[in-house]
This record gives sequence, structure tokens and C-alpha cells, in this order.
Amino acid sequence: MMPLTDSSPVPPATKARSSLEKVLEQGFIYLTAIAALWVVMVLLAIALMITQAALPAIQTYGLSFFTTTTWNAVAGRESYGALALIWGTVISSALALFLAVPLGVGTAIFLSEDLLPTWVRSLLGMLIELLAAIPSVVYGLWGLVVLVPLIQPLTRWLHQTWGSLPLFSTPPVGLGMLPAALVLAIMILPIITAIARDSLKALPNDLRFAAMALGATRWDAIGRVFLPAAAPGIMGGIMLALGRALGETMAVTMLIGNANQISPSLLAPANTIASLLANQFAAAKGMQISALMYAALVLLGITLGVNTLAESIVHRVSRPFQGH
Amino acid sequence: MLNRRGFFSRFLGLALAIALGIIACQPQSQPESADPQTPTTETSAAPITLNGTGASFPFFIYQRWFEEYNQRHPNVQINYQPTGSEVGIQQMITGTIDFGASDIAMTDDEMAQVNSGVLLLPLTAGSVALVYNLPGIDSGLQLPRSVYPQIFSGAITTWNDPQIAAANPDLTLPDLPIIVVHRADGSGTTAAVTSHLSAISPAWEADIGAGLSVPWPTGIAIKANAGVSAQIQQAEGTLGYVEFAYAQQLNMTMAALENQAGQYVLPDVESAAKALSTVELPENLRAFAPDPDGADAYPIATYSWLLAYQTYPDAAKAETLRSVLQWCLSEGQKLSAELGYVPLSDEVAQRVMAVVETIEG
Repeated sequence: MMPLTDSSPVPPATKARSSLEKVLEQGFIYLTAIAALWVVMVLLAIALMITQAALPAIQTYGLSFFTTTTWNAVAGRESYGALALIWGTVISSALALFLAVPLGVGTAIFLSEDLLPTWVRSLLGMLIELLAAIPSVVYGLWGLVVLVPLIQPLTRWLHQTWGSLPLFSTPPVGLGMLPAALVLAIMILPIITAIARDSLKALPNDLRFAAMALGATRWDAIGRVFLPAAAPGIMGGIMLALGRALGETMAVTMLIGNANQISPSLLAPANTIASLLANQFAAAKGMQISALMYAALVLLGITLGVNTLAESIVHRVSRPFQGH
Repeated sequence: MLNRRGFFSRFLGLALAIALGIIACQPQSQPESADPQTPTTETSAAPITLNGTGASFPFFIYQRWFEEYNQRHPNVQINYQPTGSEVGIQQMITGTIDFGASDIAMTDDEMAQVNSGVLLLPLTAGSVALVYNLPGIDSGLQLPRSVYPQIFSGAITTWNDPQIAAANPDLTLPDLPIIVVHRADGSGTTAAVTSHLSAISPAWEADIGAGLSVPWPTGIAIKANAGVSAQIQQAEGTLGYVEFAYAQQLNMTMAALENQAGQYVLPDVESAAKALSTVELPENLRAFAPDPDGADAYPIATYSWLLAYQTYPDAAKAETLRSVLQWCLSEGQKLSAELGYVPLSDEVAQRVMAVVETIEG
């Protein structure tokens, strides 16, 4: 086995190092390699075990799992399809991002500019980060007890006035896509805000001064210099938030209504993969367990796909600002 | 550059190898009860722990029973976790617990998988209430047996539907959509309701069927009895089902259902007992009442079974379980009504008692 240090540049030694130092150094490198290996290993083990458990369902339902919407666990009539769940998962997360990104990035810009005294800004920042510390079951309960009754007049009005639009075509039933997406948006807001603010704050002062020196207004500087320059960090934060939204279970399961259907209406109940897993796993057996594992594998695939996409976007966006 | 790539591929290869190793090393399920606290003597003073899990339906009364028993016999500690009927059944099969509990008993297939034999012991019973929230209507809703399957299947969608109005001439029903609320998690309560619906409606039987979780054609789903009750209490126009014990404790508005004899009956301990008295328990004590025929019988009632092994490797444990169950079947039954459960009839209790006697150590 070749030494692992081959690729790292050797600093010019002022004095020969003792063999003990060399052994320690080598040992430390192996130690960190094992730590990194552990992470990869756990991920691989999880993926392999899920695939193994999902195998019977994969063999039985194959690709029709992605094109059918029935989820029937009645003995003798079993049939599983995840299309409605995939739809619900993607749409609820996309809606949450749609609501949270403008709000989060806007807050971040406000907090990173010198519009308010520093202590007010840090207080605001702290309050937003506190949102991240609230357990998701509390968000779920809050949504159920406070938000759902609160938006009821709004949902009724939307349906009565704009009911001809597909978006509000179903009579409101309290729970559904809209309250779930609203609560998801609040839950991911602190992630987006905190990371976007840190990325904006971390920009070198050179950029700021250069923009001002060229006669840019604050508006120009934010829109054409700061935001593009901080884009990789902001995108990273958004993707982290999307990951959280895709996998969120407790709050969503309490608010989305858990109905296996595809409806264009925001007022209709829907279901997500994570919510279905949480609800059905305990009382599942046989093929149902396998189908749930298949759904879990799909969720893992969606998350992986989103992250890969995010990586490539971040890479492309950040290229103009890297190197010289 | 080449070196780095070489390192990366070795790294991935090693990770894969270790990951496979972890999977290969998964422990196999243990066939025997694995309780480390095996007492060495059979004296009554030796501490004995019994661990059980399963149905959440009988949780309140089990909890009360096991606490009371522990006060009388401080050396006996019984832990019960309400994880759901299916978990109780599976854990009985893998043998990780001392006893299980299920609202759907066990099937013959499942019983055959238990090496040391399994006994189905009805210890308590209960009913499922249809509860609703309608502005201005605090009681008195009557639902004909031709109507409520249609509500649950989405064929009747408004409260002032002529079929509902015809059965409730005294009520002014609002022009509100019916929001059906059902359980999102697999549940014995759902099994009781759907097997009743299957028994009274051929259309339901053909399209949906019965089980712990079924593909509901309409409505919204929430986890647990508590979730369903919370949603019904706060949203107008809702109709759903919860265990009678929950409905009673939360003071929810319950509908009177038309039974097989054509009578409208409200759920309570008495009407559920009448329903269960129509059921003849067979040798294995497994029987359901999907559509009881008594005149005053409430239509949705079921026994709840404790699952015990026929033989235990540990004689002291078997003896303790026998005396616990004997106490539950005699003294314990008196606690039923105040908690919303249906006490077993003397005849049924005697029969279960006889089966309890056969538990061996």
C-alpha cells in the first residue's frame, strides 16, 4: 500500500524530524481517513440495507411503482404505487422554498447591510436562528391548533372567489398542502437566512469598496455584486433547506392530511413519502414493509438527486468569482 | 493527481467492504425470550419483570391493571408499551417479549409461526364511536346503515343530503361538506370499523375491504386516536371514528347508528356488551362481531386479546403471568366501566380463566 501522504506537498523541513514524530503524523492521517471512511460507510450501509429490504417490492412492482397512485395494504388486494407520494413530497418542498427563499434572502440582505445598529441586527439574527431550535412536533401542533383555524377564512375566500382556478378548485378541508407548505416554509427559513447572511457577511471588503469606488448605488452593489458573489453560499443554504423540507416528517404528517391523491389544488389534502413511512411502518408486514422500503429508497434518490444538482449549480455559479 | 485518484478508489472500495461487513453481521432474530432478569428461586419475594407490547386500544386499562397489581405484589413489575397490534403480533413471533396484545387476534398462519404455542386471551372489550362536529347540533344525529358506508366512501358529500335528512327529521342539517377524518397509521380501531363496513355494505367490501389500514377513497387522515379527536373537535363539518373510551373522556358528540335490528343505538358500555353477547366464542377464543344482531346492540364492538405463550422456559414467569391474568379476569374487570371499556361477561371470563390455567412453565 502506498503512503497516503504522496499527494500532499512536504513543507521544507528546518530540522530532521524524529521517527516518533513521523509515526504520529502518519497515524493521525490514517485516523482522519478512518473518520471520513466511517461516514461514507454508514451511508452505504443504510442504502444497501434499504435496497435489500425493498427488493421484493422492486421485483413485484418495478417501474409501475412510479406511475401508479394506489397504496393498498388490505390483505389479498395489495398494490403499491408511489406517484402521489412523490408528487406530494416534491410539491410541498417546492412550495416551501418558493415562500421561504425570497423571505430568507431578503432578511439576510437586511441583516448584512448597515441599515440598523449592530445590536439590533444581532438580536434579530438570533431570534431567527431560534426558529431552528423549535422541535418539529411543536411546529406541527402549532400548525394544527393555531395556523389551520387562522387561515380558514382565507382558504374559504380563495375557494369561493378563485374556485375556478385549479389551484383553489377543491373545498377547503382544514388540513392540506397549503398549511403543510406554510409551516415547512417557516421551518426552513432560519437555515436559508442564517447561511445567506453569513455568506454575505463573509464577502471581502475589497468587493464592497470596489463597488462603491465605481459609483455603484447600494441597490447596484447588492443586486449586481454582493448577491452574485455570495451565490454559492446562498445556494448551499437553500439546498440544505430543501433537504430538510423533503425529509421533514412530524410537522408534515400532522398538517398535510395524508391522502394518497394528486390534486392541483393547494387546499386539497396530500401525502409525502416521509409522512407515509412514519404512519405505516409500525403496523406493516410482509410486502407492505418492502414497499415502504422502496418508497424510502425513492426518497433517498430524490435527496441525492437534489444535492447533486445543487452541487453542479453552485459550481457553475461560483466559477466567475473564483481564481484570477 | 493519479495518486489522489488511486487513494479515492481504494477509499471507496474499503468503505463498500466494511458496509457489506456490517450488513452481514446483523444479528438474527432470537427465537427465545431474552429477559436477563431470570430469577433463581421460585419464592414469591424474588423480583419478576414481565414485558409486553402491542395494541394501543387496551392501553389505559392495561396500565391501570398492571399498576394496581404491582401495588398488591411489589415484586412483580409489568411493562406494557402501546406500539400497535401488528407490532405485538410480530414480537410474539420473534419472541422478544413475554406477552403481546392485539385487537385483531392472530391469524392461523401467524399462530403457527410461534414455536412454543400461543394463546389468544380476550381480556377486555370496547366499541368504536362515530363522532362529529356540526354547528348547533350537540346530540341526536342518527345514521342509517345504508348511509354511513356511503359517507365513508365519498358517495354522500354534504350534511343536508336527503338520505341523512330523512333519518333526522328533528334536526336542521347545515349545507356543509362532510369532511371525513380517519386514521393515517395502521390501527385496530380502523380494522374494527372497516370490517363492520364490509359486513353491512357489499359495495364497501368489493371496493375497499377491511384491514389495519385501507385505501380510504375520501377525507383526511391523522395519526392516532388523539389526532383524529383533535381535528374533529376543532373543525366544523367533520365526521370520524375514535375508540369509545376517547370519545367519552373528551366528551365528543357521538352519532347513534342503526343496527341490524333497525334500532338506532348510541355507543356506551352497555350497548357494546350487548353486541358482544351475540358472539359465540369458539375453542381458540377468536371471534369478531362485524354486524351483531341484538336489538339493543351497538354495531361496532370488538374484543381485545392479550397474547400469551403456551409454554414459558421459566416456570416462575409462567406462574406470575397466570396469577396476573387471573386477577385481571376477576378483580380487574371491575375497573372497566369507569375507563370506558366493556367488562367481560361472567361466562366469557370463566372460559378465558380456564385457558389461562393451561399456561405452563
